[in-house]
Amino acid sequence: MVDQLKFVQLEMMVLVLGLAVLIADLWMAPSKRRLIGHLSALSLGIIFLFSLRESYVDLVNESTDVFFNSRYKIDGLAIFFKRFFILAAIFVLIFAVDFADRIRSGFSEYYAFIIFALAGMMFAASANDFSMLFVSIELITITFYILVSYQRHRLQSLEAGVKYLILGAVSSAFMIYGIALIFGEAGSLKFEDLHAKQSELLGSNVFLFGMLFLFAGLAFKISAFPFQVWAPDVYQGAPTPTTAFLALGSKAAGFVLLIRLLVISLPDLTREWTTLFICISAVTILYGNLCALPQRNLKRLLAYSGIANAGYLLMGIVAQSEAGTAAILYYLAGYLFALITIFLIINLLTKEGEGEDISCLENLNNRSPFLAVAMTLAVVSLAGIPPLAGFFGKFLLIKSVAIEAFGNIGYFVLLAVAVFGVVASIFYYFGIVRTVFWNHKVDEITPVSVGLPIRFVLVSCVVGILYLGLLPNKPIKWVESAAAVENKSLLE
Amino acid sequence: MNYLFFIVMLPLLASMIVSFIPGSQAKAIRNVTLGASGLSAILSLVAFCTFQVDGGLQFETKWIWVESLGLNFHLGADGINIGIIFMGAVVAFASVCCAGDITHRVKEFYVLLNIMIGGVLGAFASMDLFFFYFFHELALVPTFIMIGVWGRGQNRNYAAYKITLYLSLGALLALIGLIGVYVQADADSFSIPDLINKVKEQSIDESAQKWIFPLLMFGFGILVSLWPFHTWAPLGYSAAPTATAMLHAGVLKKFGLYGLIRIAIPMAPVGAQYWLGILAWLAMANLLFCGLVAVRQKDLNLLIGNSSVAHMGFIFLGIASMNIIGLTGAVLVMIAHGLLAALAFGLSGHFYQQNSSLDMTQMGGLLRKMPLAGSAFLMAMMAGCGLPGFANFAGELTIFFAAWAAGYKLITVIAVWSALVVGGLYMLRAIRNILHGPQGGTWKNSKDSSPLVTTAFGLLLALLLVFGFAPNLLTKGIEIEVKKIVYLVKPDIDEAKHLDVVTR
Repeated sequence: MVDQLKFVQLEMMVLVLGLAVLIADLWMAPSKRRLIGHLSALSLGIIFLFSLRESYVDLVNESTDVFFNSRYKIDGLAIFFKRFFILAAIFVLIFAVDFADRIRSGFSEYYAFIIFALAGMMFAASANDFSMLFVSIELITITFYILVSYQRHRLQSLEAGVKYLILGAVSSAFMIYGIALIFGEAGSLKFEDLHAKQSELLGSNVFLFGMLFLFAGLAFKISAFPFQVWAPDVYQGAPTPTTAFLALGSKAAGFVLLIRLLVISLPDLTREWTTLFICISAVTILYGNLCALPQRNLKRLLAYSGIANAGYLLMGIVAQSEAGTAAILYYLAGYLFALITIFLIINLLTKEGEGEDISCLENLNNRSPFLAVAMTLAVVSLAGIPPLAGFFGKFLLIKSVAIEAFGNIGYFVLLAVAVFGVVASIFYYFGIVRTVFWNHKVDEITPVSVGLPIRFVLVSCVVGILYLGLLPNKPIKWVESAAAVENKSLLE
Repeated sequence: MNYLFFIVMLPLLASMIVSFIPGSQAKAIRNVTLGASGLSAILSLVAFCTFQVDGGLQFETKWIWVESLGLNFHLGADGINIGIIFMGAVVAFASVCCAGDITHRVKEFYVLLNIMIGGVLGAFASMDLFFFYFFHELALVPTFIMIGVWGRGQNRNYAAYKITLYLSLGALLALIGLIGVYVQADADSFSIPDLINKVKEQSIDESAQKWIFPLLMFGFGILVSLWPFHTWAPLGYSAAPTATAMLHAGVLKKFGLYGLIRIAIPMAPVGAQYWLGILAWLAMANLLFCGLVAVRQKDLNLLIGNSSVAHMGFIFLGIASMNIIGLTGAVLVMIAHGLLAALAFGLSGHFYQQNSSLDMTQMGGLLRKMPLAGSAFLMAMMAGCGLPGFANFAGELTIFFAAWAAGYKLITVIAVWSALVVGGLYMLRAIRNILHGPQGGTWKNSKDSSPLVTTAFGLLLALLLVFGFAPNLLTKGIEIEVKKIVYLVKPDIDEAKHLDVVTR
């Protein structure tokens, strides 16, 4: 029985690391705080290597019946997302070290909370049962309440924390109520049991209500319309590393659960609700892109673009196919590199207390050509222009929807909205490019100094963006195999 | 030998080399770019001369790029695109020659210019739908930045946005159409020849063709400034730096037309027949409306921009007539207009460099001041109103025959009128205002073009004349390929008798 713990080996390592950071804080002098952050990022790097080992990947073929009673799933999808979360956490930790000067106290705890949130995300990647889903989501959300309000001396940060707390609690309440309804009707919390009975459950209004509430809770996590109101304020107020982790980790965790629940476990329900999902996806794209147009604050702008991106990602759910899931994974990978790059550069260019106004990018091409190029690539990738990662992600998403499109006019509407959204988004993304290259009002010319670890992160992100865009052969195989393994379990 | 690979990759390689040269070495940067684009122009000449007219797809490079989606990096040339690639490489070289007016942030400019050239040439050389699109989009970001940073006038921000948004919208509509083709043909590869073969065996469902074709038609149409989606073009070109305007108006704009001929019509022949009548009317609007707008312009660049939009009407009309001579004429005008537009924008760039203004009411007597550039301008304007001897004449005349034969009689009459009368009006007036008469007050210190720039103008003019006197250098290859396309749409029609008009 104990040997079944190997299924959670990565999560155990991450949790131990989090505790170790807390304990190390007791002995290490405050001057060494950079070291703790870098060491924990390095340890996460080692854990990432562990996730690549063959013996870990082979766990896909073993059943988790004995110890976890099938509540915990290791498959291609889970492993992909675990790697995604670890990679995001490594970048965010290195980022956080650079940010530590702006946190008055408790920087080690800041690292530790990032690591705990990571553990929650990794559990969520494997959740195959509502209790597991709820616990891991709560682990993520509660750590984020703290992470968002970490700059206690800044009113904005506190305000963001309170907003996130209240709205997050409401969404959790929705979710738990939904789960209760589902359990009452289905008599089980396991996704597999729901899958087996889905045809009879579809006739039950109580079950449908439960699913609707649950979806509302998850839609809050991915900031889909109409559960997106928190995003701009929280993104803007939170410390920048938190914002980056929230935008990536929290969103991806929501999506892995949506994929597992809607695409794998309850495909019949999703088919029934196609129109609903099309509407939510289309409105989210429109809302995000249109609201981003007038924004001057970069973090706020990215919050709205994050909402729009949630809408694009939902297109992969709407497609309800292996190709759709693979497209979501590809898109998220490209999103990771682009977003980390942008947030890092914003952080480098702004001082504490200043807003993240778009004017901080002025004259960047003189101050640091490297940063200017990295920023341009990241933004253009988000806008979905070849030859970068974002284009390929959008291409796969659009293709997955277009394949389904015949026979449902709604899909065409969705495609039209997506196209409109991309064109609108080019307006504000290229506004950033414009500010970087021309349109200078002030002549700030001090060169920007970039530390070695940050430079490393930036270079790896730029390489990632270019690799995913220029040589997609291998990455496509990875995401396709990750998306395919799950469908085998569907056929069983 | 796969020349195409080197023709496309040399500029991209040059952009990488340039990005490693320190910005202070402006001369070295310029020389590397000149060398790379010159070499690819020479290679394209070699490719054009060694091209076997009836040899099908040649100079191929084919690598698997993404296996599971059936994407290949596939370059190749047949009768249709060999001429366009040759024209594109020559225009690219000429545009680098004319880029000497860029004096600040030289390095960035040449990095972007090289990427743009690579994208432009790659788009026409690609035989894979995905790369066809990919290379076209590669030029989008450089265009935006180039207009914004090195552009002219107060309006350049607006122009940069307008051109980018219009082009993205067109490209995305076309992308949806292309994905639609891929999905509907039930294909496992994005390769254009494979797709055409697939569609030949089992054509796409007719109702699907009727929505795929308009997506492609308007998507590609926006990229070519089809009326009423043309407003970005004059504005964008008048704000762009010389080299960008030359490349964009000359070569990149032909992408949409090429896509219509190469992809939209073969993939959706039934949809094409359904929609081409509408295209013909829009083409006429291009010719008439934009011609009349050009008459009213006081700024030389806006005049050239509007006239270049008007000339797109010929090509659309040739495509809409959907017969062998029509399509042949369309491709011929694409090549002729590419050379002409590049020449015209190169010349206006030279004028602008002398006096920072292109207001035609202040110009005059420039033929005495600059005999070389002036006579080149004279010839360009003459070519623009379709003087026999220039390649434009051969193409335009063919298109009028084709449109008449296709039954668009009213449209042809209006088109001929607007091309010859209206076109002649503004072109001749430009000649009188700019070249003849008393010298404009602020033009005292203007100089004639430098030897390098003159070479570029000479090269473009020479090609215009060569293709004007011997259009069958191009039409032989074009006709063979175009025949196949026309037979896809109208399998039972034999129009060989009309061919004598051009090939003599």
